[in-house]
Amino acid sequence: MILRLALGSLLARALTVGMTILAIALSVALFLGVEKVRTGARASFADTISGTDLIVGARSGSVQLLLYSVFRIGNATNNVTWESYQDIAARPEVDWIVPISLGDSHRQFRVMGTTQAFFEQYKYRGGRSLVVKQGHGLEDLYDAVLGAEVAATLGYEVGDPIVVSHGLASFTEHDDQPFRVAGIIDRTGTPVDRTVIVSLEAIEAIHVDWRSGAQIPGQTTPVDRIRQMDLKPSAITAALIGVKSRLQIFGLQRLINDYPEEPLLAILPGVALQELWQIVGVAETALTAVSAMVVVTALLGMMAMIFSSLNERRREMAIWRAMGARPATILGLLVLEAALMAAIGAILGLALLYAGLFIAQPLVDSAFGLWLPIGPPTARELFVLAGVIGAASIASLLPAIRAYRLSLADGMMVRI
Amino acid sequence: MADQALTLEDVRFRWPGRASFGLSVPSFHMTQGESVLLLGESGSGKSTLLSLICGIVTADSGRVEVGGSDLATLRAGARDRFRAERIGVIFQQFNLLPYASVSDNIMLPLRFAPERRKRAAPDEVATLCSALGLPDEITGTTAGHLSVGQQQRVAVARALIGQPPLIVADEPTSALDAATQDTFLGLLFERIAATESSLLMVSHDERLGARFDRVVRLSDIAQTERMAA
Repeated sequence: MILRLALGSLLARALTVGMTILAIALSVALFLGVEKVRTGARASFADTISGTDLIVGARSGSVQLLLYSVFRIGNATNNVTWESYQDIAARPEVDWIVPISLGDSHRQFRVMGTTQAFFEQYKYRGGRSLVVKQGHGLEDLYDAVLGAEVAATLGYEVGDPIVVSHGLASFTEHDDQPFRVAGIIDRTGTPVDRTVIVSLEAIEAIHVDWRSGAQIPGQTTPVDRIRQMDLKPSAITAALIGVKSRLQIFGLQRLINDYPEEPLLAILPGVALQELWQIVGVAETALTAVSAMVVVTALLGMMAMIFSSLNERRREMAIWRAMGARPATILGLLVLEAALMAAIGAILGLALLYAGLFIAQPLVDSAFGLWLPIGPPTARELFVLAGVIGAASIASLLPAIRAYRLSLADGMMVRI
Repeated sequence: MADQALTLEDVRFRWPGRASFGLSVPSFHMTQGESVLLLGESGSGKSTLLSLICGIVTADSGRVEVGGSDLATLRAGARDRFRAERIGVIFQQFNLLPYASVSDNIMLPLRFAPERRKRAAPDEVATLCSALGLPDEITGTTAGHLSVGQQQRVAVARALIGQPPLIVADEPTSALDAATQDTFLGLLFERIAATESSLLMVSHDERLGARFDRVVRLSDIAQTERMAA
């Protein structure tokens, strides 16, 4: 009966109560939404590269190697010589190896030289392969395959000519050897989207007339002569390795790290991703904190609403008291009302979240390559909902205690 | 003393935090089944006296007994329960929870009084409503939608359900027009006679006195103390 009366009391103030519930629902939906994006981003981040057992580069830090080899952020301090690369490639443990050569750019995007094997071995989001959705892969020397974002930003289509610039922010262009867009890769949500992929030989080809990072004055080798040349690279930036048996990963890693001819570094991508996430993760904590503040704000709004309703409800409290209700019953009634509002708000918020997810999931996936899974509420989410209801009950204690005091002081005589 | 419905002896009371107003009642008694009209102007301490009798506030000294039980010996929770069990209260107006149905309003005191709940017949809400001239279908209506006259009759039904020995009414007719007042009092007295409850009604209207066993002026039984602020 008390529950029915509490519901009736809420219904009678449908407008203010409705606004309060809406505020709680929106804040809960925001909080859970941020949680979804956060875990989705974390999973996407961890899924940036999969299937690769080791990444090899010149000796530096593991996060740095990961950043430039996978995320195309920053630069390699040194290269890996072609001889070392071939030494490692010849190890019996190595199942496959994909060389990567970085250093040039096209507009704001990095150019990466690699082999056709990259398309076969690079995996993301739990073993998905790259899909060339338009055109084809690297066939001709001057073929370039674009990531989805490169094509979308610059408006390229298959067959368009593109010119690669030397270095990352220079005005020198390799305009004597233009490339042709051979294919465009489907969006992956990984740094591949922002990469121009060419063959390893093409990187050599455009640098035929270059020595020590500068063009040899007056020398231009014609394209048809370059095509006849042996375009074996002298060095690469890094290499992705898959081993035959997972048991051999650590052995091979130690072997590469102790490689006597050259200081090299081999890292496990998963471990380096974890390290990197610990750095990026601060933003995630900040995001959670902000959305938690929004929930707190909504609950404070509810508290203010209960406070302001107390005066007009003093008469009602006097009736309860006259009928034999203890002051504690009045306190309980107000807390119950708050808990009901929070519970309705929380459930509504959850509904909003799912509605939002169903609408946004395909959009977010295609726009940001971020996959937001839709599933039953997780234990953590249910815990959050229970927390909101609990916090609302605690917040309502303040106005409820005031009502308790008022009902003690007023007794049966309330002058309105 | 068992036939005493209400006893006040040497009662002194001062509102906590409101030192400027106090009330003392040297002696006042009501026997069981008696109906008393207490006349007093507004501000004469009527509501304070009713709060004392209902056990919502306790006297600083002296004795307040309802049906032979000294309220001062009961703890706060027990006093609230005692009130629910033994006293039916009718206010001037705004008696009902406006958002609750008529039947929920009538049964509200039973929620806090298990013994009174046992005394109440299962169909007592319907019986009381028809006895008070309220249409049957009204019980499901939200109380806020009723006319003032209907609301006051619902308040009477609520005060009478489960037959509490004492009914306390604080100017229940002041919000009603003369014709409705008469009908209302007629119904109230009819019900009180049926349940043999005592009735203590406070009013400033002397014309009501004819129906009561006894008319008492508040100024004759109680002194109010006012100090200049």
